[in-house]
Amino acid sequence: MTTKPQIENEGSVKAEGRPVFLLVYLLIGIAFGIVLTHAEVLSWFRIQEMFRFQSFRMYGIIGSAIATAALSIAIIKKSMLKSASGEVIEIPKKTLGTGARYAVGGTIFGLGWALTGACPGPLFALIGNGVSVMAVAVLSALIGTWVYALLRPRLPH
Amino acid sequence: MASWYFREWPWYVAGPIIGLFVPALLLAGNKVFGISSNLRHLCSAIVPGKLEYFRYDWRKSGLWNLVFLSGVFIGGFIASHWGTPHDIAISPATKAALTQLGIHDFSGVAPHEIFSWHALLTLRGFVSVVLGGFLVGFGTAYAGGCTSGHAISGLANFELPSLIAVLGFFAGGLAATYFILPHLL
Repeated sequence: MTTKPQIENEGSVKAEGRPVFLLVYLLIGIAFGIVLTHAEVLSWFRIQEMFRFQSFRMYGIIGSAIATAALSIAIIKKSMLKSASGEVIEIPKKTLGTGARYAVGGTIFGLGWALTGACPGPLFALIGNGVSVMAVAVLSALIGTWVYALLRPRLPH
Repeated sequence: MASWYFREWPWYVAGPIIGLFVPALLLAGNKVFGISSNLRHLCSAIVPGKLEYFRYDWRKSGLWNLVFLSGVFIGGFIASHWGTPHDIAISPATKAALTQLGIHDFSGVAPHEIFSWHALLTLRGFVSVVLGGFLVGFGTAYAGGCTSGHAISGLANFELPSLIAVLGFFAGGLAATYFILPHLL
């Protein structure tokens, strides 16, 4: 178990490339698309209700999602579980830097979140839901990402 | 299928289920739940240009996530075709506020008056979809994550950068709601 972790990791990279693992991610994604729809978190109406503080619903959803995820991460870390692909589970820490990228980038995303009524996951789930014009929003988001890459050397991070 | 499936899920059901996607991806392949990096992977795959930000092996680091994302699209399709769609039961206060701003059609998941092909060339449709989409792409790339990567994965892992980002999400969202939408809708 503890010997030659490097070789073990190489093995897992190969294992992951196998179609069966991609199928697992596809199925988890399908489940997530269904959940986003039924939780109604992809709805522009719900996002407006949240930013107007007129319902507890979205706060309850986000808060209990974080609590569930935090509890799961704590259990996984404590029991030092390995993933099905054979890797030791670890979550890389984000670097703080000046914090500017999080404050400014976060605010810019927030503006877009309220305007489109959707974050990236819901954008794709909405297209699946038949709001096909959101394909234009996805295209715009790709352009936005591209422009960020262009300006990146000149932006504070 | 049980009848609860077709009703609006209460927050205490929807929230924990969403949270479980974090351990599901960790346990499946040591993957961190975060959707917006897919925008970077797509750019890297389609139009990397000569930009350093897109010069990495997107197949190695992002193929799983792109597959996951295709699942999200399929899941949205399945959910909308399986069972009878209902309108979103928003609070009367929100409905009143939005009616005052000029929204009259409350059917579907997003107002048709803004999010439809023939509304795309109106000012409010264009700003909401095209400018809004641009800001989502630019902002998540700059912040290094969105609601899934920062608000859920990041906060659940007690990361300060994610807390700053989430405060930014709300600052931006409130600014758009109170200063932009009243003039736009």
